[in-house]
Amino acid sequence: MNVVDTRPTTRRRTRRRAAAGGSPRTRDDRRVVITGIGVAAPGGMGVKAFWDLITAGRTATRAITLFDATGFRSRIAAECDFDPGAHGLSPQEIRRMDRAAQLGVVATREAIADSGLTTADVPPERLGVTIGSAVGCTMGLEEEYLVLSDGGRKWLVDPAYGVPQLYGYMVPSTIATEIAWAGGAEGPVALISTGCTAGLDSVGYGYQLVKEGTAGAVVAGATDAPISPITVACFDAIKATSPSNDAPEHASRPFDLNRNGFVLGEGSAILVLEERNAALRRGAQVYAEIVGFASRSNAYHMTGLKPDGREMAEAIRAAMRQARLRPEDVDYINAHGSGTRQNDRHETAAFKSALGERAYRVPVSSIKSMIGHSLGAIGSIEVAACALAIRNNVVPPTANLHTADPECDLDYVPLTAREQPVDVVLSVGSGFGGFQTAMLLARERDGTRGGDDHD
Amino acid sequence: MTERTRGRSHRPVVTGIGVAAPNGLGTQSYWSATLDGKSGLGRITRFDSERYPVRVAGEVSEFDDTEHVPSRLAVQTDHWSHLGLTAADMALRDAGIDAGDLPEYEMAVVTASSSGGTEFGQREIEKLWSQGPEYVGVYQSIAWFYAATTGQISIRYGMRGPCGVLCTEQAGGLDVAAQARRLLRQEATLVVTGGTDASLCPYGLVAQISTGMLSPRDDPERAYLPFDADACGYVPGEGGAMLVVENEATARARDARPYGVIAGYGATFDPRPVPGEEPRYNLHRAITLALEEAEVTPDQVDVVFADALGVPERDLAEAQAISAVFGPHGVPVTAPKTMTGRLYAGGSALDMATALLAIRDGVIPPTVGVRAAAPACELDLVRSAARDGPVRKALVLARGHGGFNAALLVTAP
Repeated sequence: MNVVDTRPTTRRRTRRRAAAGGSPRTRDDRRVVITGIGVAAPGGMGVKAFWDLITAGRTATRAITLFDATGFRSRIAAECDFDPGAHGLSPQEIRRMDRAAQLGVVATREAIADSGLTTADVPPERLGVTIGSAVGCTMGLEEEYLVLSDGGRKWLVDPAYGVPQLYGYMVPSTIATEIAWAGGAEGPVALISTGCTAGLDSVGYGYQLVKEGTAGAVVAGATDAPISPITVACFDAIKATSPSNDAPEHASRPFDLNRNGFVLGEGSAILVLEERNAALRRGAQVYAEIVGFASRSNAYHMTGLKPDGREMAEAIRAAMRQARLRPEDVDYINAHGSGTRQNDRHETAAFKSALGERAYRVPVSSIKSMIGHSLGAIGSIEVAACALAIRNNVVPPTANLHTADPECDLDYVPLTAREQPVDVVLSVGSGFGGFQTAMLLARERDGTRGGDDHD
Repeated sequence: MTERTRGRSHRPVVTGIGVAAPNGLGTQSYWSATLDGKSGLGRITRFDSERYPVRVAGEVSEFDDTEHVPSRLAVQTDHWSHLGLTAADMALRDAGIDAGDLPEYEMAVVTASSSGGTEFGQREIEKLWSQGPEYVGVYQSIAWFYAATTGQISIRYGMRGPCGVLCTEQAGGLDVAAQARRLLRQEATLVVTGGTDASLCPYGLVAQISTGMLSPRDDPERAYLPFDADACGYVPGEGGAMLVVENEATARARDARPYGVIAGYGATFDPRPVPGEEPRYNLHRAITLALEEAEVTPDQVDVVFADALGVPERDLAEAQAISAVFGPHGVPVTAPKTMTGRLYAGGSALDMATALLAIRDGVIPPTVGVRAAAPACELDLVRSAARDGPVRKALVLARGHGGFNAALLVTAP
């Protein structure tokens, strides 16, 4: 039996208790589908521009224009072509919000409009928000720091120059607040900040809220706008980013022998997640179903990865168990593919460990080759790409992959998108702190396939 | 699903507590100070605060970063993580856990942070703007970001399960406890949870001042007076608490003695304030959700640990939410955070730890400084001195800046 959760809380209470007490299967039977997508990505705002870019294999990596990067080791990035006023934000919203929140709110509005979800379908108290971000409102924090410290000269920064929104920049939860306001949500709201897996973990968190019945629907996704001097400098310091300043269009080269680090990006993707039966009943379009989500940590090093991919493989296996899928079922792997040698070896090993022989036959690609690595946001942008891959039966390519690396011997879909049946997609993420996350999406269909939290 | 329907052995229990608070480092030191009404608020010493409009805070004065954290780890982490690592170590020792004995993928770390490594970040950003990008250190990328504490605890103890980080300002400490419980329903058997915050550096303080909600008073005893007619904002603090949460079955199997059970939880969000309209808050519904899930009626609750912002309009809203559920003066209410200041994510984690200690010892710690609740706040506020009496069920409330509400019920084991 599926408990439909769109009724007002007051009517639902007694039923929910009875159902929960009588059938522990209730929660497991709830399935979660994606019914709306919004994307703010480099190379074009909106879902259509994003999908066109990544299926054409074009790259959006360029010289940095958001600040004068003279003197930095890496002076390239994938920036959004974003004019907040032209994208519907009011002057007060623009003043109040950091760029990360602005991108997130624009993507939220697109996602909710795309889903057609209204308060008649899911009332505010049953609507949740789960947003990922690695560095929160860093850009606003840095701009205000510069003023308060008068150009970095004062440790005892000047309180007279503190703007009203400054505290909102220091606490990244402000981004979730803005998105909750944009969506009219009054249910559970959270900002998830597990570094570069935050965008997968936030969708996973929202998935669990819908699955367990805590929320009827969740606005889930992520946003980051890290292209500011302090973030660029901190990746310079550990030589994590690409110094290919003379060829920015070709600088993000995951799985290519001549890769030399990741290219920083920015952006946002927001998804509307709904309980499947309620979504179907209201006639919602369904892009895909989330059928598995698991994360593990390597407990090894804050930035280093062992070449064996052991913990990522474990996360993939756990997600596959939940989804009750076998390696042969996976049609496409959306890789973390950041463009560092250690990542490429790490996840190649993880795919082989978790999927066995299937790893050699399933297409694997990294859209970071085209839109860069937007830290906490990219995981959600990649989930959006996976949902669109299922919708369109197209696998996006890995751009800039010209020279095979003998250490990476899988099918990385170089340069050109492929039309093929795509029913089941695996997306993975890996990040600072040792976090490894795997998510499985499947084409929505009748039947018993659905996640199970308990194996 | 209620814990009851899954049977007692699946109840999530807290078996370890570690505290780093302004009025006590270590659970015992904190708890005895708290019961005695000893405050940790005082003049800011971490920097010269003379020219700032806020000069009183709750600093963890006994804490020595290099003494409490191994030097190799200390150099790559912020003060906020130092406090978190120290509290986590205390909590694991308290629980009697040797992480090496447990399955690596069944141990997880989920911590809350409101503002990350602010002090470390200010030092590095100063280097960037005063000297140049090449002067930014190699640890900035891993010390400043909100996931630093979780990542470092995971590495330190080899905990390879589904780790996490939540940022919901003051509500974070309760939200992570609820996430820990969720993980225990899945594959985890032990979760280190809780939170700390420490933004008492110049930039961090100025950012906090920008809300207009900090107390400008210099007298530490009169600066933070939630629910008092004389309330004038809150005092910021640093520190927090870490907790070890396990399934009751695994805890009992190794003869651990739980402090209490996480029995109910609710999280809601406030709608956007509309200028000219009365603000609408959803704290009441968070309380109701927590009690309903635990199948506990209001009359069974022995104490409420209030969020206690110290801003009159918000104090009144909280008092009304409490009275709406429990009736006017219907339940003892306390705010021991009057002795620590608001610790943000660390604050609600510390309140949860305090609630568990109240259950263990059958005593409600006091709210200090408050002489009389404002007449409109119809609360039975536990003032001045601790109040004895059995405490079997304690409700902890937290409101995060921007609209986050969380309520969590802990009960006797």
